[in-house]
Amino acid sequence: MSVVAPAAGAALAPREREAAGGRGGLARRLVRSASFDVGCAILGFWVVCAVFGASFAPHPALAQSLLATNSPPSATHLFGTDQLGRDVLSRVIVGARSILVVAPLATVLGTAAGTALGLAMGYVGGVLDVVVSRVVEAVLALPMVIVALLFIVATGHSTATLVVVIGFVFAPLVARTVRAAVLGERELDYVAAARLRGEGAARIMFAEILPNVASPILVELTVRLGYAIFAVATLSFLGFGIQPPTPDWGADIAANYSVIPAGYWWETLFPALAIASLVVAVNLVSDGVEGVISS
Amino acid sequence: MAAYVSKRIGLALVSLLVLSAIVFFAGQVLPGDAGRAILGPLAAKSAVQHLDHQLGVDRPLVVQYWHWISGVLRGDFGRSYQYRSAVAPFVAAAALSSLKLAALAFVIVVPLSILGGVVAALNVGRPVDRIVSVLGFSGSTVPEFVSGIVVIEVFGLWLKVLPVTAASPPGASFVTQLDHLVLPALPLVLVLFGYIARMARAGTVEALESDYVRTATLKGLRRSAVVGRHALRNALLPTITVIATQTGYLVGGLVVVETLFNYQGIGLLTVRAATARDFPMLEAGVLVIGASYMVATLAADVLISLLNPRVRLAGAA
Repeated sequence: MSVVAPAAGAALAPREREAAGGRGGLARRLVRSASFDVGCAILGFWVVCAVFGASFAPHPALAQSLLATNSPPSATHLFGTDQLGRDVLSRVIVGARSILVVAPLATVLGTAAGTALGLAMGYVGGVLDVVVSRVVEAVLALPMVIVALLFIVATGHSTATLVVVIGFVFAPLVARTVRAAVLGERELDYVAAARLRGEGAARIMFAEILPNVASPILVELTVRLGYAIFAVATLSFLGFGIQPPTPDWGADIAANYSVIPAGYWWETLFPALAIASLVVAVNLVSDGVEGVISS
Repeated sequence: MAAYVSKRIGLALVSLLVLSAIVFFAGQVLPGDAGRAILGPLAAKSAVQHLDHQLGVDRPLVVQYWHWISGVLRGDFGRSYQYRSAVAPFVAAAALSSLKLAALAFVIVVPLSILGGVVAALNVGRPVDRIVSVLGFSGSTVPEFVSGIVVIEVFGLWLKVLPVTAASPPGASFVTQLDHLVLPALPLVLVLFGYIARMARAGTVEALESDYVRTATLKGLRRSAVVGRHALRNALLPTITVIATQTGYLVGGLVVVETLFNYQGIGLLTVRAATARDFPMLEAGVLVIGASYMVATLAADVLISLLNPRVRLAGAA
């Protein structure tokens, strides 16, 4: 026991290092990051729209008015109406919901699966590592949207498939990051100490190594959220994501871009600006998180 | 050098094989009964079985994969479900159209983004640096169809300086064709600009802080000679890698841009095939897209090893 004791002390070292910097310190530095604050403000606005939007939107998002189709922005319809006479402003407000449900779910699923895979690749290594690395490279060779498209068509589309497919595409990418971080940890003393204490591989991976690779996983999570929003919006635009008549920015653009040449720009411009503001906000947040963690 | 290149080619071939297996699995195994998919839910069971046999989907998976992949290697991608004719000619024509669009986007974005990155690096912290980074950051994070909508409305609808359709009238001159392709190329340019400019900026900043640049400055060379002859040569090496890896994003962007502008390229072909559940066509589209990305990455690696002896020596060891 006396031999193990100092090693066990070393085992705590990485976590103590983090404790010295402090979780509170991390949060304080995040708040001081300007890009994090701006990103959070915009993101917060859209979250409010997603949760309470239906109650403060000026019109019901699905209400058609066939006598007022394609009407330009006016006092009654600040953002105009679409081809079915639906209020564009209301659809933009309520449309925040679908994407803000699907994208975070897919991100969490992909990050969780990728973390488990990456831990196994980095810690167990061997054949598993070689095989999965090859698959990762092949998946990386394809634009994310194409892979998702292929699998959504193959399995038939629904919101659940959308979440699973995007999560599935993200998993190998997250795994690669986690694997690299695990390779840096597994030779450290605290892992050897845990092994000497007789801990099993699963316990070492999830209870010992995982807390020490939390930072890159957190960064990966925020970065992936940006990509998930990008992917959900794009797939909806292509007709393989969120389906009409559910209010959704990507799907609304798909439904109305054919009338742009006729001069009806408001039906697509406002949902487009909404998507742009959301992805930029998420990327500002992940930029802030990455900056604070890496500094 | 030869050892490094052949090792890279070997790895690329393995990746291509894995890719083809993924495409085969997603396109031919996951969807289930192909005969039922073509004939619909009301067709007689015997008819479905007959068609399955004709299509060969009732044979063991390994046999099916071998049949499919050996066909692909001979340039035979099978027959399209929707057009009842060979897939290959459609893919070839579409790939050519996409190549035109992608080439135009590249010709615009490469000099523009390198210039942007270098100018930003020479003015670190000044407003022009901020403008380049904000522009690049938003451009590379916003989906192509979103920036596409904005450029259509600004340049096509309000300023009326560019045609809003990508396809030019048949027999149009080169300049007219180009004119029609500028607007679709813009969203692609926006997406790529950020990454390449960021890399060019980082490389230049690093080079400007190096000892050899200080030496060049101290021996009295003009600023332009220091930057042009000493700094940029080293600074732009990583940029080449980024440009090559961006081919993947470019092709992914093509899918969206071609749909938005109704341009008959490989992206629109893939999306149409997906909508019609035309799996042979879909597989061909995805395979061509994946393969072109791998070739670009390979070309970039070889190019870099030619330019930088350290890479090829490390790789061969």
